[in-house]
Amino acid sequence: MGGGGGRDPTAEGRFIRAVPRDAERVRFTIDGRPAEAWSGDSLLAAILVTQPSLRQHEFDGGARAGFCLMGACQDCWVWSEKGERLRACTTPVAPGMAILTAPPMERFPHG
Amino acid sequence: MAEVVIVGAGPAGIRAAGVLAAQGLRPILVDEGRQAGGQGYRHPSPGLALDMDALMGTEAGKYRALHADFAELLPLIDYRPRTLVWGIEERRLHCMRDGRQMTIPFDVLVIATGAMDRVAPLPGWTLPGVFTLGGAQAVLKDQGCLIGRRVAFLGASPLLSLAALQYRKLSAQVVAVCDTSPFRDKIAALPRLAAVPRTLARGIAYLAALKSARVPLFHGVTPLAIEGDREVTALRFLDGRGRERRITCDAVALGYGLKPETQLAELAGARFAFDAHFRLWLPVTDEDGRAGEGLYLAGDGATIGGADAAEASGTLAALAVLHDLGLRPSVDERPALRRRLARLRRFQHGLARAFRWPGPALSRVPDEVTVCRCEHVTAGDIRRAMDADLGPVDVNRVKAITRCGMGRCQGRVCGPALQEIAAAHAGLEAEAVGRLRGQAPVKPIPIGLLAEEHA
Repeated sequence: MGGGGGRDPTAEGRFIRAVPRDAERVRFTIDGRPAEAWSGDSLLAAILVTQPSLRQHEFDGGARAGFCLMGACQDCWVWSEKGERLRACTTPVAPGMAILTAPPMERFPHG
Repeated sequence: MAEVVIVGAGPAGIRAAGVLAAQGLRPILVDEGRQAGGQGYRHPSPGLALDMDALMGTEAGKYRALHADFAELLPLIDYRPRTLVWGIEERRLHCMRDGRQMTIPFDVLVIATGAMDRVAPLPGWTLPGVFTLGGAQAVLKDQGCLIGRRVAFLGASPLLSLAALQYRKLSAQVVAVCDTSPFRDKIAALPRLAAVPRTLARGIAYLAALKSARVPLFHGVTPLAIEGDREVTALRFLDGRGRERRITCDAVALGYGLKPETQLAELAGARFAFDAHFRLWLPVTDEDGRAGEGLYLAGDGATIGGADAAEASGTLAALAVLHDLGLRPSVDERPALRRRLARLRRFQHGLARAFRWPGPALSRVPDEVTVCRCEHVTAGDIRRAMDADLGPVDVNRVKAITRCGMGRCQGRVCGPALQEIAAAHAGLEAEAVGRLRGQAPVKPIPIGLLAEEHA
């Protein structure tokens, strides 16, 4: 149970947790890698506290980490394993989510 | 009884709902957010040990009052959170909630969709670590997260110093506050800013607090570049005296004031006019917020006014609805509200003068800089397309040729920059190159959703 959601000194994340969260621990995966977050975290926060960027841009290939953080710019799309598109800044993380940071079709061009 | 639907549950939408509910109506309040409050008065997500009183400072009382009033209002209205309105036709809203399509019929529509940051492109602004100024605050209030460890604040906005202080309060290192507008613009704006002395005093207090905290504060800067390869490593700019400076940082919050979310107002039939104070296309309303038959606009989604004006204009728009429906409250509060709103808007005009959008200066954005971050269109792409095209100079034409503004965000982010770059390149006034038109869906929706609707 929560209370320990403060700074994680081992994380090489972009976002810094500034205050603790009293919530259940949530396990999910990012491109197959196991990750943990707190219930109530947005997908974007859950991902960016553990890594410096979110995805590669589909045209310029540059790294991106979202931009507006309020559901307007659509720069933070990720995908569920089923191929549903999720706007990471406004979608809460949920237990067992298997998040792909590129659309499934791009990752498996022959699949 | 007429079906009244309000879109947006920020201060304007909540106050409008309150007025209607007090007269015995049961408005539908549609909210894209998961919790009411909008952006500025955003409520922390569940379980977060965030001291909102400390974060909201002098505005904590208003923040608390709005959320307390909303809790009381909730049983009296039909509140629909997590509901994106993506289209409007024939008195029906097309919505998506939890991945499902639905339509909401209405007789009267109050649109209170708020605003987002206006940004100006510069080299490196698409790097991870660069976020909008409002976004930097939103992720703090909603998620208790900071956008980086060493954060620079860049742009032209009174919110630069407010956000910097909020970040400091939560132990971020604020390495610089870089305001592109010169200090003399603040002096020039004083007569209009004096319209609301309390808020003016607040702004001066922010600057004093930054100074006493020894946060480097620069006025009149010229941004040169955000440096970094895979993420932000430094901000480079010319200070007010023209000296080049490079400040190491791992995040930049970027904001040049706010721009209203007018896409739904446009679909609902509002007319637009170019506003010289803000250098923005704004929907045309009367002083109570009427924008057409059964159509009312309120809050920052109508014109930039700030949170206090949002509450006042939401109240006023709802009173206009009641009057137009023939339901007259015993006390007519409208004259007092109109006066208050006029004063608050005069103050916002002062802010637009004090923290000026660079506008024509965007003609100096280098060719290689990305303007449209969705479709990866550079300033050079825009200029070359305009040089090659012999047709009339119009931003919609530039969009059609270059795809600038055609991507995922539908021009929300690049629109103001495209307007200025295109106008400057054609040697025209900003308004002479037209207005980027919106269309449904105003935000991307799954293709399957449309199929569902027509099934």
